[in-house]
Amino acid sequence: MRPWSRSLAATAVLSTLLLAGAAVAQAPAPAAEVKPFKIGVVTFLSGGAAGPFGVPARNAAEVVVEALNGGKLPAPHAAKGLGGRAIEVVFIDEAGGPTTQVAEYRNLVQRQNVDAVIGYISSGDCLAVAPVAEELKKLTLLFDCGTPRIFEEGTYRYVFRTAPHATLDNVAAALYVTETMPKTRKVAGINQNYAWGQDSWTDFEASMKVLRPDVQITTSQMPKLGAGQYGAEISALMSGSPDIVHSSFWGGDLDAFVLQAAPRGLFKKSVAVFTAGETAMYKLAGQIPDGTIIGARGANGVYAPDNALNGWFRTAYTDRYSLPPVYPSYRMAQAILGLKAAYEKAQAGGAAPDQDKIIAALEGLTFESPSGTVKMALGKGHQAVSEAVYGTVKNVKGKITFVNVKRYPAEKVLPPEGVKSADWIKSSLKK
Amino acid sequence: MSAGAPPRLWPRLGLALLVTLAVVPFLPKWAAFLVTLALAKGLVALGLLLLMRTGLVSFGQGLYYGIGAYAAGMGASALELGDAVPLVLLGATAAGLVALLLGLLLARYRTIFFAMLSLAFSMIFYGLLVKTSALGSTDGFNVAARSTFGLPTTSPVGRFGVYGLGALVVFVGAASLDRYLRSHLGRLAPAIRDNELRVEYMGASVRNVVHLHLVLAAVLAGAGGALTALAVGHVDPETTYWTTSGEFVFVAILSGTGSVAAPFVGALLLELLRSFAYEHAPNTWQLVVGASMLAVILFLPEGLWSVFRRRRRAA
Repeated sequence: MRPWSRSLAATAVLSTLLLAGAAVAQAPAPAAEVKPFKIGVVTFLSGGAAGPFGVPARNAAEVVVEALNGGKLPAPHAAKGLGGRAIEVVFIDEAGGPTTQVAEYRNLVQRQNVDAVIGYISSGDCLAVAPVAEELKKLTLLFDCGTPRIFEEGTYRYVFRTAPHATLDNVAAALYVTETMPKTRKVAGINQNYAWGQDSWTDFEASMKVLRPDVQITTSQMPKLGAGQYGAEISALMSGSPDIVHSSFWGGDLDAFVLQAAPRGLFKKSVAVFTAGETAMYKLAGQIPDGTIIGARGANGVYAPDNALNGWFRTAYTDRYSLPPVYPSYRMAQAILGLKAAYEKAQAGGAAPDQDKIIAALEGLTFESPSGTVKMALGKGHQAVSEAVYGTVKNVKGKITFVNVKRYPAEKVLPPEGVKSADWIKSSLKK
Repeated sequence: MSAGAPPRLWPRLGLALLVTLAVVPFLPKWAAFLVTLALAKGLVALGLLLLMRTGLVSFGQGLYYGIGAYAAGMGASALELGDAVPLVLLGATAAGLVALLLGLLLARYRTIFFAMLSLAFSMIFYGLLVKTSALGSTDGFNVAARSTFGLPTTSPVGRFGVYGLGALVVFVGAASLDRYLRSHLGRLAPAIRDNELRVEYMGASVRNVVHLHLVLAAVLAGAGGALTALAVGHVDPETTYWTTSGEFVFVAILSGTGSVAAPFVGALLLELLRSFAYEHAPNTWQLVVGASMLAVILFLPEGLWSVFRRRRRAA
């Protein structure tokens, strides 16, 4: 053998050994009586979305799973684990973009042999993972991502989304503005220039034009994601003196925008509508002005209903992490409890159900979560709907309470089955 | 490389191709996917190897990678090409044509100016994609090939279609590049890196050679992008973002420029490293990847491939 071929052969042997070794290491252990139900949880653990969304969601998964395994939840989720079966969780970082996430999804299913995957905050990751879930035939619950495209453009058997999509946030915001500020004539927007920001503004603008045909859009600012400096945008917003400023900002961008706009008096002239502002309300409690309209992407966080399940969740979460849970935490809890409800329905007192039975039970299911009753009503029973809530901030010396809280039933803020959100807003949205 | 030209590499690459194809039924399924990704990303790094031998480091190969991915994606949706083979050809051609055009400008620049200009072009493309909601903005869109070489993806053999196609493209790419590097033009690459003035005195046009190498590297990156899009089933603007370009430079440095086989070994090791780091250290995986990179730079300054060379010298 010549040197070149020797090294190549060595590489080939080395790689094969590495792969084979990894495969052996990952092979499932012989089954005990009933193995724990293994869930792969994917959420941002690093990067800009980790602080406001990813980590609160991971924290919720830890609190809820631990309590479920100890049987500490109130009814109707009092049974230990999933119908008595223990739950095991493995966490994966959502960072790295769709290519990495598709690889990691395959690793979760084929290497770690998880029984189900709950995850994905980024809509791009959701869109990329959904067809792979179909290919690998693995039950996958999308817990947070917003884009309506998933079930409006595709039909899936193995993919579910246990939270409503983002159309709800902006339609409800428009309804709320129309009802509580009937004199609104001039509207402006500032949204991040990526799919979430663009879609949010498109839905809000379209809804406003339907609800108030005489509305005037003074400007739509689209700074890039993570810009951090909004001097020019704030000037552009202020020059049109809009009645309201719509924004789907989140995370560091929202913090920066509020901190830069407040001293310039933007919030004295115009009312800000932050559709995803709830994640920032504890950190920015001193800066968010009176009268700001804030959403929590459904009946989450401060808008969650006053019931035993929510009472337990808020207390357990706050005791452990010393900050109250925010909407991504609620949505994570919702996904886990949706899976639990489906599992126990499929089990119906019998043996551990297989995946097909869990899927059949989850399709069109109605279940209870800390955010109230959730119905899997759209996308052929795969897409959840729930009510939408908006309220106005009353800020007394850095202590935020909400006044004028309005709740909208799902059918007022989401299209019916088989209708695309964009078409529905134009054709059928009503006051 | 001392004492005469090293032996031709294509028979051994052919052997490696056959081994790669033969082991696929025995590989765990997740590993087959990682190998496909490594082959595709290795192709981009192979293009970088050619540029690095010419003395150029591009921080914008994500541009051609992204163009390849988007061309394949749009070929599947708009042109309704159902087979993976024409889609990969389309991706490679589109990237090559763009490089042919941009090369008119890029071929005049060297060192940091070349690196920054290539980075700028890739970020302009990224900005355009993000603003284009018809292509899904940052969310991107799904890509699905119905078949590879006419074998439907649902058939037992067709399931490995993209994997097999990737291996074949890599074989053709690596063997041709190896052949090219032994040709008169190819041998100008290290000469240009060492002293451009002398190359001009010899009567060769440095700019033309650099231009040609830009196009070759782009064709490889475009094919890699198309293969990734088909394997992942999705394209998004992240493919053209500067961190993606940075990852390719990372692979190229990790591997070293010693052989056309090096980028594929480097890409595979990086994919495996990253994936096990994600699994076992979900909160600190960046630390693991960064520390490994540091170790390679400190202990193997000429890249992973130098392990094989050192051993050979000792033997």
